Amino acid sequence: MSSTVYSDQLSVEHLLGIKDLTKEDIELIFRTADGFKEVLNRPIKKVPSLRDITIANLFFESSTRTRVSFELAERRLSADVVNFSSSGSSVSKGETLVDTVNNILAMKVDMVVMRHPDPGAALFLSRHVDARIVNAGDGTHEHPTQALLDAYSIREKLGKVKGVKVLIVGDVLHSRVALSNIFCLHKLGAEVMLSGPNTLMPRHIESLGVKVEQDLDKALRWCDVANMLRIQLERQGGDGVANFPSLREYAMRYGLDLERYKRIGKEIVIMHPGPINRGVEVTSQVADHANSIILDQVENGVAIRMAVLYLLAARIPRPTV
Amino acid sequence: MQPIPILTSKAFGLTVGRLCYQLIEDHADLNGVALIGLQPRGILLARRLRKELQRIIGKEVLEYGELDITFHRDDFRHRSTLAAPSATQLDFMLDGRKVVLVDDVLFTGRTIRAGLDALLAFGRPASVQLLVLIDRRFSRELPIQPDYVGKWVDSIGDERVTVEWAESDGKDQVLLHPSERDSRDASTLAHGNSPDR
Repeated sequence: MSSTVYSDQLSVEHLLGIKDLTKEDIELIFRTADGFKEVLNRPIKKVPSLRDITIANLFFESSTRTRVSFELAERRLSADVVNFSSSGSSVSKGETLVDTVNNILAMKVDMVVMRHPDPGAALFLSRHVDARIVNAGDGTHEHPTQALLDAYSIREKLGKVKGVKVLIVGDVLHSRVALSNIFCLHKLGAEVMLSGPNTLMPRHIESLGVKVEQDLDKALRWCDVANMLRIQLERQGGDGVANFPSLREYAMRYGLDLERYKRIGKEIVIMHPGPINRGVEVTSQVADHANSIILDQVENGVAIRMAVLYLLAARIPRPTV
Repeated sequence: MQPIPILTSKAFGLTVGRLCYQLIEDHADLNGVALIGLQPRGILLARRLRKELQRIIGKEVLEYGELDITFHRDDFRHRSTLAAPSATQLDFMLDGRKVVLVDDVLFTGRTIRAGLDALLAFGRPASVQLLVLIDRRFSRELPIQPDYVGKWVDSIGDERVTVEWAESDGKDQVLLHPSERDSRDASTLAHGNSPDR
């Protein structure tokens, strides 16, 4: 007992986006995730830290991986978990977001993990309800835990993030993963380049300090890590105009197959936030390649989310009764 | 006020040696014994014991592990600071093993309680014993008592006991840091291998 090592706490009360985090926050999350990663390899993968915390998972948009990952993280921290998805609920009867959440909080919930189709929904919620908010994706804005687990997976595979050259390919326009990744990688000292069709590249994206390279082959030769974003089919053509002629043409110009991978002439790490459209962003041979860390990303996701929930919970004052 | 040395280099070595012989006395060939050090400071004693036992017996006979208890602590959200996790290295199941849990200083007993909790995630040991270098008796907050003790120290209130290791601190020694108000003689505070005076 004599000399427990103490660390700082997070500088934020909610995890709304990577933009609000400091480099020290991110490093603290990574160190804590290291501990949880070890816990996840134990025969009994459960610790009692959050046994007096109740967490509501509110998913107003479909999700498999993120929802399962958060729920596993919560249960392995011994939190009580309630799940809520918008289909077949009071939301479809016209209830507002604040009303929905306040009704759930009236049942004594301490933290809310929310995915929502509208950018800024998590921030809005944090201003209007008395609970800690974790943003699990708000529209095309941010997806902070995904960026954290991506950077953590790079750190695990390459031993560092600083100075690593990361290429993000594809549907940057609709991607909350891309924006959170850019913030996170820059804070950790990595370089970021984007590649993809002009129509899927937000205007003035260079103002975030990233390079843009239209030619995927050139971009691949530059990078150490390629993060192949999912084409968000559900968000394409929202304005009635298609962003690219066909999936086949997209796959030919911006998809990564084994032949293109071999042409790079060096080993690069392949990432994908999932779910993969096999044969569009990457072919099966690349997705299942030895240098692909796609499944490591999923595994690390649980440890990162445990770390985030644990560190946010640490800042919830205990009731003084 | 200057810290009072309780164990210095030579006595320190003798004490660690005695603890090894006590383990051998109780467990004969040490078959089925798992020595598990508690992070962050108990591992330094555990590593030393492991090395010393290996030297005495002439071969590696123990299972050895290091356990972090951070996520099992009972003071999460009770204090403004946050304990930082260390690494756990435990790559064997504990089922049927005779576990000797090792820490440097036993004080309130809360770390050991958390250690027992963490330990059970790795199986069901046949038995668990506790070995500590320093037992700060009279300060317990939980009904936990050690099976092997290097030295008993009667300390109170805001006094602190620190264990320093040649490997990490440059010198083997145990120091008592008195409170500002107190000026007792070290000889009345520490006792050898018997809890009775």
